[in-house]
Amino acid sequence: MRLTLRVWRQKSAKEPGRFETYEAKDISPDLSFLELLDVVNDGLQQRGLDPIAFDHDCREGICGSCAMMINGEAHGPQPAVAACQLYLRHFKDGETLTIEPWRARAFPIIRDLIVDRSAFDRIIQAGGYVSVDTGSAPEANSVPVPKPDAEEAMDAAACIGCGACVAACPNASAMLFVAAKVSHLAKLPQGQAERKPRVLNMVEQMDREGFGNCTNHYECMAACPKSIHVKFIAQLNRDYLKACRRR
Amino acid sequence: MSSIGKKALMAASGLVLVGFVIAHLAGNLLVYGGPSALNAYAEKLRHVPPLLWSARVFLLAAVAVHIATSVQLAIENRRARPQRYRVQRMAETTLAARTMLPSGLLVLAYVIYHLLHFTFRAAHPELSRATDALGRHDVYAMVVLSFQQPPIAFAYVVGMAAVCLHLNHGIGSAAQTLGWTDERTLRWWARAGRLLSFALFIGYISIPLSILLGLVG
Amino acid sequence: MILDPKIPPGPLPDKWEAHRKALKALDPSVAQRCRVLVVGTGLAGASAAATLAERGFQVEALCFQDSARRAHSIAAQGGINAAKNYPKDGDSIERLFQDTIKGGDFRSREANVYRLAEISNAIIDQCAAQGVPFAREYDGHLANRSFGGVKVRRTFYARGQTGQQLLLGAYQAMMRQVKAGRVRVHPRTEMLDLVVADGETRGIVVRDLVTGEIHALSGDAVVLATGGYSTVYHLSTNAKGCNVTAAYRAYRRGAHFANPCFTQIHPTCIPLAGRYQSKLTLMSESLRNDGRIWVPKQKGDTRPPSQIPEAERDYYLERRYPSYGNLAPRDIASRAAKAVCDEGRGVGPGGQGVYLDFADAVRKLGRKTIQERYGNLFDMYREITDEDAYAAPMRIYPAPHYAMGGLWVDYNLMGTIPGLFVIGEANFSDHGANRLGASALMQGLADGYFIAPLTVADYLSGRKPQRGDAAHPAFAAARREVEERTRRLLAVRGKRTVDAFHRDLGKLMWDDCGMSRSAAGLTRALAEIPRIRDAFWKDVTVLGGGEELNQALERAGRVADFLEFAELICRDALHREESCGGHFRVEHQTADGEAKRDDARFCYVAAWQFAGDGQPPVLHREPLAFDAIPLSERSYK
Repeated sequence: MRLTLRVWRQKSAKEPGRFETYEAKDISPDLSFLELLDVVNDGLQQRGLDPIAFDHDCREGICGSCAMMINGEAHGPQPAVAACQLYLRHFKDGETLTIEPWRARAFPIIRDLIVDRSAFDRIIQAGGYVSVDTGSAPEANSVPVPKPDAEEAMDAAACIGCGACVAACPNASAMLFVAAKVSHLAKLPQGQAERKPRVLNMVEQMDREGFGNCTNHYECMAACPKSIHVKFIAQLNRDYLKACRRR
Repeated sequence: MSSIGKKALMAASGLVLVGFVIAHLAGNLLVYGGPSALNAYAEKLRHVPPLLWSARVFLLAAVAVHIATSVQLAIENRRARPQRYRVQRMAETTLAARTMLPSGLLVLAYVIYHLLHFTFRAAHPELSRATDALGRHDVYAMVVLSFQQPPIAFAYVVGMAAVCLHLNHGIGSAAQTLGWTDERTLRWWARAGRLLSFALFIGYISIPLSILLGLVG
Repeated sequence: MILDPKIPPGPLPDKWEAHRKALKALDPSVAQRCRVLVVGTGLAGASAAATLAERGFQVEALCFQDSARRAHSIAAQGGINAAKNYPKDGDSIERLFQDTIKGGDFRSREANVYRLAEISNAIIDQCAAQGVPFAREYDGHLANRSFGGVKVRRTFYARGQTGQQLLLGAYQAMMRQVKAGRVRVHPRTEMLDLVVADGETRGIVVRDLVTGEIHALSGDAVVLATGGYSTVYHLSTNAKGCNVTAAYRAYRRGAHFANPCFTQIHPTCIPLAGRYQSKLTLMSESLRNDGRIWVPKQKGDTRPPSQIPEAERDYYLERRYPSYGNLAPRDIASRAAKAVCDEGRGVGPGGQGVYLDFADAVRKLGRKTIQERYGNLFDMYREITDEDAYAAPMRIYPAPHYAMGGLWVDYNLMGTIPGLFVIGEANFSDHGANRLGASALMQGLADGYFIAPLTVADYLSGRKPQRGDAAHPAFAAARREVEERTRRLLAVRGKRTVDAFHRDLGKLMWDDCGMSRSAAGLTRALAEIPRIRDAFWKDVTVLGGGEELNQALERAGRVADFLEFAELICRDALHREESCGGHFRVEHQTADGEAKRDDARFCYVAAWQFAGDGQPPVLHREPLAFDAIPLSERSYK
């Protein structure tokens, strides 16, 4: 099949970016989207042009590295997959695809499609953990966890930290990311002791990073490669407001 | 103040205003009971100034909080994405959710006009100065005379459409922001919000329309 | 030279406990003046960084990914073993130890493996306390399943994302220490050399992958947690970024590399579909419980599977291994698949695949049952191949998956250069010639949480902290070498892409040093690798500069190292004239085609020492003694 790609090219944060158009001809519909970029890059390098820089690693939808808007949708048109799990057979022969990086003030562009998502790391540093030193843990089965709680915690913990929620949000809000971690730990007995400071500190850091505010469009849930539910945002709101009241 | 704090204030003040909109409609519907019912109700409200004024101050405060927080949040949201996408497709959101700011501004304009019209009686003085046989302000006559003018009736229908659109997203959104939802009730709240906003719309516009069509008055 | 693993004296079950008590701890006030460099932030690296920081050390943690949370441990699906014996099915430390030794085909160190089994339980406690959402029974207790052909239920899991959840636990523990100011994480930073001075490890040279700046970091100890090297085969189940550079650079600086030829090939992966495929996706082995594996009896049979009558199908595993059938162990199933494909009976594009057929299972158990058991795997298969595995058989093929070999370490996980510790998949120590399922996560966390922090402290006790002093000329020299190498890569300006060379190398390694190996093939590979390497340095194209984000340059450095390291693997494979675990030499098999170990000649760890460019490496041996479990043969007939 043949595809036309309009790709955002930007050499560094300091230089202005622009769209470049590339043709990909005779490509197999069995390629993944990132493999399409590999092919395009091969061609660019043969012609002595800089390849398109993009983050990727595991290529099976779990590391959360890959990150790009494809035709205005985070990770492309297929639901519940990352760009690395998106296959070209879902596109029409001859289609033109616009490929852009995540755009958010909190995710500054580094090069081409690569953005700096370290804001997420700093949010976790603010409290997304349980304080337990190595070797000081009690016997694992001494704290039973009701199965439904463990399942729901896992639903939230499935977040891969790719940033699609921020990218898809009309306001570039990081609420789904923060909500997933807060809810994961709030659902488990191990997370209770630090529940209050955790939610206060993580939200404070989220705000400091310059993300937008959630206005409940739920685009994040539609874009999330792990389909993390916005009910966790309600949980985050609940926990936060409760923590504020008892501050 | 934190993002969630501001949003909670916006949601709570919004819900106060929703409560007012519901109560207001209940009073308005007395128009169908004829002049005496409506004018008596209006007179009763005026006879308890402390209640009236505390309600007014409370509502005004709610409006102020709602506007202040929403303006702040909207500015922050714009700043959060300095460079827009060339192409952006939405999958989940609604027209109502995407237009909260314009619909909100429209509601504000409408409320100002409405206050000038019926409360301060400055917009159309010729239609709102009558008194009834008992010497009370003839609210009924004011309403009927006003809505017999097609442009005024039209303005109210448009204003109520804006309110309806605003609440269409606002009610469900407020419940989510205040953390009242879970996986099951999220849809329920959204649906209830849509239903309520539509019911309010029908209830409110029935008055100008029925007057315009000569069913009342 | 005979290597001394420094195994503590005493009976096997008491060794670790006694040794642990004898290890010197460091007062936190002293520890905070010691800087430890941890390279890699997977399970081993993140857990070590967090724990070292808890003990007071100043830790610098590096990863090439954009966040520490993305290290490849995250992709582990199945689970983590521990000898908790919660299901009361007779499991014990002893039994986990025995299974691991036997599974490793008697090529691992008894004392290490016993310690691993011993520590396994504390890992589960630690992870549960961190909030890892392990699967639970209805009574709220931890659930277990059996995995990888082991008869007891000892595998703990978090859906199909156990690696992800354990890694996030370790990552979060590390983030907590970042907040406390005791860990500094350097993402998008790649280690390109080890600095050794006066016979001791002094630091590393790194490249900032965003700015391209090359600089040295000094540390009182260096912990390598840089994972395995399966991407030497180009296509594997590993992440694209996985590489051998850090370990190989340490090897070039004097760290011995042990058993590099012990690599694991996983039998149930989705086959190669085309030239530009970048990844071989692993499918859970559990599929073999209900699927039947076959190929056409005829060579070059291109009929669709539904039109091949029963009589013309060869259920080769059931035929050759009547008692285990389709459940034969990983290495055996992998080799058998390759053999039928080599005969020209493979299916699918390129003939590199065999059928895994669920038609009988659907007939017998109903589509609903199969859907319940494997629904998500069938979905994944459809997503990747666009084929419906309910209607037609799946196609599978083996793929490189794990490296048992790695840098040689002693009982304290210290390599042959003092101050260099190697943990997780990057070391060689615990899996022998074959790793059991759900044991990689266990080893990474045992090393990182419970062993390295103690042994690093012991090494540093009584030494004068360097306080980040990088003044020694060795730092500047190493940095200059890295800069020079980078310049050389950029200066070639040839015509072929880095990936093209990687593909060439991968194909050669897969053909001649993959699932089955022969003296002739290995000799051919040893002759061919230098040719590819020469071509690489003459004709590779790396555009752009060194002082910017340059992904082609990153890959070029890694492939350049693979082009040297591949020789070491082949050399090791050629020297080991026996078949054991993942290493199958066609010359050494029983009459019915099974692996034939040679304990008389090869019951040792082969540790290779770099002897200079163009020089053959020097072989050192660490003899293996099996006191607790007598040497025995595997049989799956």
